Amino acid sequence: MLKERLYDYLLHLGDNSMILGQRLGELCGHGPELETDIALTNISLDLFGQVRNYFQAAAAIKGDGATEDSIAMLRYENEYKNTLLVEQPNDDFAHVIVRQFLFDVYHQLLLKELMSSKDETIAAVATKSIKEVNYHVGFSSTWLKRLGDGTEVSHDKMQEAVNKLWRYSLELFKPTDTEIWAAESGVGADLDQLKPIYLEKIKMFMDEATLGLPEATVFQYGAKSGRHSENMGYILADFQYIQRAYPNMKW
Amino acid sequence: MLNVSDEIEKILASVNDPEIPVLSIMDMGIVREVDQVEGVYNISITPTYSGCPAMDTIGDDLIAAFKQEGLKASIKLVLAPAWTTDWITEKGRKDLEEYGIAAPRSAEVDKAALLGEANTIKCSNCGSLNTKMVSRFGSTACKALFQCKECHEPFDYFKCL
Ligand SMILES: [Zn+2]
Repeated sequence: MLKERLYDYLLHLGDNSMILGQRLGELCGHGPELETDIALTNISLDLFGQVRNYFQAAAAIKGDGATEDSIAMLRYENEYKNTLLVEQPNDDFAHVIVRQFLFDVYHQLLLKELMSSKDETIAAVATKSIKEVNYHVGFSSTWLKRLGDGTEVSHDKMQEAVNKLWRYSLELFKPTDTEIWAAESGVGADLDQLKPIYLEKIKMFMDEATLGLPEATVFQYGAKSGRHSENMGYILADFQYIQRAYPNMKW
Repeated sequence: MLNVSDEIEKILASVNDPEIPVLSIMDMGIVREVDQVEGVYNISITPTYSGCPAMDTIGDDLIAAFKQEGLKASIKLVLAPAWTTDWITEKGRKDLEEYGIAAPRSAEVDKAALLGEANTIKCSNCGSLNTKMVSRFGSTACKALFQCKECHEPFDYFKCL
């Protein structure tokens, strides 16, 4: 029971980073300028590195021939625990930045808590990862401000992205049974506690960027329990194709 | 410091970071522990960045370097304590500078420089402090991209972690 919970929690942690990393990977060679392109793929690389650490630990728990790769690439769509936010498409640079920003602020708060996890591996991965994620927050919040408080066009595009993506933000804080277990057992973070800090931070950055949060938002949930948006199938088609078509194929 | 013989230390130091070929992994500070069990040297290394793609190569290079001396080695990847740029040795910092990469400064200097608040990173070409950050992310995960405002040369800065 305990092992199953821990395994599931590691997937919760890894899947958000992995799907966001995959979305950022799609931008390789397509960034709006060279430096930004390199930054986005560097962030993707950080996220995938972190995921490998979570999934190596998960594979050790699962046994039965499981590897980090089989966990990453051979699950069905409803077995992925990532949130709706990270699977949203790269509509334009404004959407990429807002999605990144909404996740980065959460990610930083989460890792700060996980540094004192009772699980040694999770604590070690979090302590390592937070140093990288601090740079991610710096990147996305700087762009948020530059474009939000930029020209009329950049402001409007950013506001449009905020209006579209904000509805996916609070799913990050709606705990699943596994996340409740993790918080109670000291393995994971207490999301209820992080939520008000998150909202305050987001509001502060948004104010600085002269952007507003949409009122009367109907928040969307469900992906953490496997009910993903249509986007997920397309992501997994790219992500899994080679391993499904040519099992155990190596690069 | 590691508790190993001069001979072993020499083998360890012969392996370089594949992405910064002038920098020995010993000067990089990523070799954390070496112990010998039944004739096999178990070497613990720690990644600089979580996604550092050089780790697999470094492990293979270490095993090959030991093999060349007729010794057996195995590699273990450790995550804690997390690597920090403070572990780069003085010699490592000098090697970086000579190679054209500005060596990491303290966390505070770093923050001010990356936020564009202070001119503290020295141009690796002409030595001027009149430089600006172009991007927080550079050609590899561990570097930021800078440009000199005097000689206009772009250069890498090894950012603090
Ligand atoms: Zn110069």
